[in-house]
Amino acid sequence: MVDTTYVFLQHYWWFIISLLGALLVFLLFVQGGQTLIYTIGKTEMERTMIVNALGRKWEFTFTTLVTFGGAFFASFPLFYSTSFGGAYWVWMAILFCFVIQAVSYEYRSKPNNFLGHKTYEIFLFINGLLGTVLLGTAVATFFTGSQFSMAKINLTNINNPVISSWETPWHGLEAALNLHNISLGLAVFFLARVLALLYFMNHINHPDILARSRKQLLYNAIPFLVFFLTFVIWLFVREGFAVNPTTGDVFMQKHKYLLNLIQMPIVLVLFLGGVVLVLWGILKSLLQPYTKGIWFTGIGTVLAVLSLFLIAGYNNTAYYPSTFNLQHSLTIFNSSSSKFTLTVMSIVSLLIPFVVAYIWYAWKSINIKKIDEEEMKNETHVY
Amino acid sequence: MEHFDLSLVNWSRAQFALTAMYHWVFVPLTLGLAFIIAFMETLYYKTGDEEWKRITKFWMTLFGINFAIGVATGIILEFEFGTNWSNYSWFVGDIFGAPLAIEGIMAFFMESTFIAVMFFGWNKVSKKFHLISTWLVAIGANLSALWILVANAWMQYPAGMFFNPDTARNEMHNFWEVLFSPIAINKFLHTVSSGYVLAALFVVGISAWYLLKGRNVLLAKRSIIIASVFGLITSVFLALTGDGSAYQVAQKQPMKLAAMEGLYEGKEGAPLIVVGALTPGKEYNDGKDPYLFRIQIPKLLSFLGYRSGDAFVPGVKDIIEGGYNYTDKDGNQKVALSAEQKIERGRIAIQALADYKNAKEKGDTIGMAYNRKLLDENFEYFGYGYLNDPKSIIPNVPLTFYSFHIMVGLGFLFIAFFILMLYLIYLRGFLINKWLLRLSILMIPLAYIASQAGWIVAEVGRQPWVIQDVLPTVAAVSRIDSSAVQVTFFLFFIIFTTLLIAELRIMFTQIKKGPKEGGN
Ligand code: HEM
Repeated sequence: MVDTTYVFLQHYWWFIISLLGALLVFLLFVQGGQTLIYTIGKTEMERTMIVNALGRKWEFTFTTLVTFGGAFFASFPLFYSTSFGGAYWVWMAILFCFVIQAVSYEYRSKPNNFLGHKTYEIFLFINGLLGTVLLGTAVATFFTGSQFSMAKINLTNINNPVISSWETPWHGLEAALNLHNISLGLAVFFLARVLALLYFMNHINHPDILARSRKQLLYNAIPFLVFFLTFVIWLFVREGFAVNPTTGDVFMQKHKYLLNLIQMPIVLVLFLGGVVLVLWGILKSLLQPYTKGIWFTGIGTVLAVLSLFLIAGYNNTAYYPSTFNLQHSLTIFNSSSSKFTLTVMSIVSLLIPFVVAYIWYAWKSINIKKIDEEEMKNETHVY
Repeated sequence: MEHFDLSLVNWSRAQFALTAMYHWVFVPLTLGLAFIIAFMETLYYKTGDEEWKRITKFWMTLFGINFAIGVATGIILEFEFGTNWSNYSWFVGDIFGAPLAIEGIMAFFMESTFIAVMFFGWNKVSKKFHLISTWLVAIGANLSALWILVANAWMQYPAGMFFNPDTARNEMHNFWEVLFSPIAINKFLHTVSSGYVLAALFVVGISAWYLLKGRNVLLAKRSIIIASVFGLITSVFLALTGDGSAYQVAQKQPMKLAAMEGLYEGKEGAPLIVVGALTPGKEYNDGKDPYLFRIQIPKLLSFLGYRSGDAFVPGVKDIIEGGYNYTDKDGNQKVALSAEQKIERGRIAIQALADYKNAKEKGDTIGMAYNRKLLDENFEYFGYGYLNDPKSIIPNVPLTFYSFHIMVGLGFLFIAFFILMLYLIYLRGFLINKWLLRLSILMIPLAYIASQAGWIVAEVGRQPWVIQDVLPTVAAVSRIDSSAVQVTFFLFFIIFTTLLIAELRIMFTQIKKGPKEGGN
């Protein structure tokens, strides 16, 4: 008999994970901005303004990543153990990118900082480039699959009790050789840059930065669109990893992801609405002297990414497919935590609106005005 | 244990230890300094004295430098559970993941949001809102510590769970038992208070340096007073919670206690070793005197461990060979099994799980019921089934023993130091007492040593268990090449060491510069 409460909780937590993932992609504008410091900032003062505009937000992105990881662990531990332990190199590379970011803002402009100010800027650049491309590539494997095996019974083999194993010696690097994965990685990278430019336009009060950001916006929006459309069109025409709801068997289904959108009209609306908002924010900022584009494109990003996550996991779909053995694929049902744990965490998740409210309030009170040269000269804590 | 790739297990452990130790260089200062800063800012708020603001901002700058690198090392730890301990992540993710997620939702956002207000809000928000933000940073940092320590405590004493053979993992059935297990409470209090003591010593030491140089005298004087009061209270509390932890260890992890004290052959009315040196190359059953020399207090170990001076404390040999009487966690009198018997029972449990699964596949309900019962009866020793050699349940005794004694010895030294400091403050002599000021600087590295030693006791002392009695490290590790782990180990080592050097240089430079007029 199906336990509907449990099924609901599994869906609820997949939604939370998807939402955290979507927020994370939006917040990657910090990373995108880190690759534009020298493109947009031509003088030391301009770069200082850019770095500080980003530096006040970096921790936010970082915390979202950490929470995304923790929530994934708690709600779908089998994903955590299968993917992290298997695609070792990809995740390690992502971690390295974030480790070097965490100190760079604080140390960049401090005297006697050992590595020199340039090195910390290079760290920020690496984080911005690799961090976004690799995260995008890793998420793409939710649709393209990976070569792993998973058998819980292995636990009873005392000589080799490991449940999940990667079945290629590349341990995750192979994901970066798949063009479909890369198209998402690059789309995320250029999207992060687009968002960063819109953020600069909105947040820094400086005519040259505004003008340069607008120009760059076009140069980054075009490759973003090319890679994004490549990814999405390819996604809609490819076979997807479907699950038979009665037997739990995984099988390949034509146009699975497109069908998911059509069969879940709300998600379709989210997706289309998201894409329209993303484009609207970009176009409006390109065509008019308009600085609020970040809101449209930002919200659009959250909606579009959220809907992509939802079609990966909802509607009888295996969200972490195994191309080694289809039946070993992970679904939100076979990889989730117990009903009890999901219930406990759902109760805790009721705090989320409260958390969002205080974040909003705190940010509002310190962002009352845009960053300008004046502030950089007078502020006591400058990066 | 030939069948396991021991090199993989060892490198994975080394990598985790490396990350954890680096992380723990930075975290205790964050935990304690946040509160000290909050006290200082409260004084500024109450008195309106600009000097307090300058003092607050100075320590805040050091806080920021330290905080950044704590964050950098922390993210790795979280993901390493998955990357290097994947089997563990499935086997207990149902319980272990929840505190991590709650930590993210409840604590991390609080900390990072209000840190922004604390650093950038001076000229933008009201004094009151700023003060509240500083307090919320301190509370947020300590709340983060709570959740991860609950998770760690659960590994030492797996409470509030049961094994579900259908999913082949442990599942939570009582959240409060996980959160309020006595180990968790003690561990949390002991660990955060160790951070408070370390931060107090840090502030006293740096201020002492200023006094020696005759600089920033007002800042130094005020900082020393605040930090010494805070330090004395918290160091006494630290010793009390340490005693609470030792009592819990005696009940739940007798092998760890034996290792902490170098006790090989158990006895009634066991003494506590105050100082001692262990005989090198000692085997658990070779009958040699374990100590080269020792100074001991009679009966104290029995008293501290079991609250009775005549209680029997089992040693390493007793635990391996079994046969002594003990009270289990439900209060029943029992005779201890030998390690060999436990291994056998563990094997039965593992086999019963396999047979249960088999029976289930065939739809054989009788077989399922039978094997389930067998599994439940033997689950207590499940993890032993993965071990081959009874001796593998002995942790590294010298490392545990010396770390424990260094920690405790320093703990009492710190109490004495704070008493002396406050006494001299009372006599108004501390400003000129050069040797005391020099001693204060020396206390900073000692605080770090004590703190690292504490974790060595807790973690090395519980080997080979990732989860006490339920999962040994050999069965918890991910299946990757040991060479891959070696590569990442050295990469982490290089990065962390480089960043540590950078942080120390920046920190020293800021200290030399001292507070700026009007702020940091
Ligand atoms: C004054 C006497 C002290 C006693 C009796 C004591 C006792 C203990 C015990 C028994 C443990 C192991 C707990 C476990 O394995 O679960 C422990 C761990 C620890 N101790 Fe101490 N300790 C003392 C002082 C200190 C000092 C001075 C510091 C550092 C400044 C410190 C820092 C730690 C840390 C960080 C841990 C690891 C976390 C934990 O398991 O609680 N301790 N201590």
